Amino acid sequence: MTRQEVLNSIRERFKGDIRNFLERSPKKIYIEIDPNALVPVARHIFKDLGARFNTASGVDTRQHFEILYHFTFEELDMVVSLRVILPRDRLEIASLTSVFEGANWIEREINEMLGIRFIGHPELRHLLLPDDWPDGVYPLRRDYKEWDPNAVRDRGV
Amino acid sequence: MSKTIVPIGPFHPLQEEPEFFTLTVEGERVVAVQAAVGYNHRGVEKLSEMKTFDQSTFVIERICGICSTSHPFAYTEAVEDIFPVEVTERAKYIRMIIAEGERIHSHLLWLGLAGHFLGYNTVFMWAWKLREEILDVMEILSGNRNNYAMFKPGGVRRDFHAEELPLVLKKIDSIVPTLEMLKKAVTDDPVLHARTKGVGVLSYEEAIDFCALGPTARASGVAHDVRKDSPYAAYGSVPWDMIVLKNGDVFDKLVLRILETFESIKIVKYCLEHLPEGPIDLGLKDVPAGEGIGRIEAPRGESFHYVLSDGTNRPARHKVRAPTFMNLPTYKATIVGETISDATIILAAIDPCYCCTDRMAVLDVKGRKMYDGEDLVRLSQEKTEKIRNKMGIK
Repeated sequence: MTRQEVLNSIRERFKGDIRNFLERSPKKIYIEIDPNALVPVARHIFKDLGARFNTASGVDTRQHFEILYHFTFEELDMVVSLRVILPRDRLEIASLTSVFEGANWIEREINEMLGIRFIGHPELRHLLLPDDWPDGVYPLRRDYKEWDPNAVRDRGV
Repeated sequence: MSKTIVPIGPFHPLQEEPEFFTLTVEGERVVAVQAAVGYNHRGVEKLSEMKTFDQSTFVIERICGICSTSHPFAYTEAVEDIFPVEVTERAKYIRMIIAEGERIHSHLLWLGLAGHFLGYNTVFMWAWKLREEILDVMEILSGNRNNYAMFKPGGVRRDFHAEELPLVLKKIDSIVPTLEMLKKAVTDDPVLHARTKGVGVLSYEEAIDFCALGPTARASGVAHDVRKDSPYAAYGSVPWDMIVLKNGDVFDKLVLRILETFESIKIVKYCLEHLPEGPIDLGLKDVPAGEGIGRIEAPRGESFHYVLSDGTNRPARHKVRAPTFMNLPTYKATIVGETISDATIILAAIDPCYCCTDRMAVLDVKGRKMYDGEDLVRLSQEKTEKIRNKMGIK
């Protein structure tokens, strides 16, 4: 499949779900999609088009939360990033673990760092944070405040 | 048969990534495995958001002690992708020499430790002796044996001196004959075959499903290498071969790393001989608002960085994905069904920055028997010894 065929295939199949289609460079494509359509779009890209899942980046942009699911088409030398935007008051999205195992850990990480719930994840427990980390405190959020009065932490310059 | 829980980890003086594994065993066989990570979580992503773009390079260089260049490399690629700009030819070659030198010493480190766990301490001594030569080369070129601090967005920090290059080439050439001998020793040894062939197999489908990377995936027949698929720096203009094997067992991972070391030596030598003249730094100033992705092939697989800039002098978001993050979960597929004495080498085969193995403790619920890490290495070494005796090799 050529590069254009792959992009057209995504574009046509999910016409109603794509909100923004940005070709920043020939190698880097950013597609913003409806959060409800994530699983079918990801399945199409991973299973039918044969891309590899790199990772997902969760971002707190102050107004809302974003998750970017990065997929690589090795033969085409192209990274496709699916962007979903989640409003601050409804932080949940379907899990991709049913499509491929590689999403398991990164979803656990985003869950504990940003507090986004992944519906259908088999074991959504802490991955990196310690067991005694309090509930409802998410370190990568913009409004994160020091919660432990005894902690001595270098705050940087 | 009653089930026994075998806790492994989490801390070990050698490792830089403490991990905790819980193996459930029935007799000798492992029937389930669970991993817990995060013992050394330092919040680098958060820390990076508090530093300027330039300062972040130093912070993320300290993510990994062995492949310390891979993260700054991916990060600078990501920052340069925001502009987008391309660095100068000389900077590209210097970056490649540092990155490949690091791959050589990282693979040699792994080879030595793998030899140690299999009871081949000679391999361990030879490999680490060779690694010293490469560390010397890195010290001559960058001033440091590790954490080279060579990378910056827009170029490299230090130039090479022409008068040092002949010595560097001589040192690199000096390790090739010994490495050839090691390769022959590994590929011809029947005991090593018996210990590693068909052990801890990761199939092609599993490698795809787990999104495994680097040598772990290439040993299972997944022919992907960022250096070939998406040539960053000047990898597109350097002649080298991607090594792909198909069995996915420990033996293939072992052979693959040795063969890759030869390719890396080839690349370093080519780069040193064809080092172009010119400036090494673009002198980038303000990073514009936008987002960038950097992907490079670290010794353990693809290192992935995503940097979001909002136009200030600090990254608004910096996502770091190290290769072991994707390779580690493949334990679920490789270790189940194998014996405890093989667990050490299977856990090691992914090159997970060498954790856990020394702090392995076996707790037999009935007999109250306890093994520590040394016992497990001994168990593994004894198995090799037994095979050796059976084959009549002394």
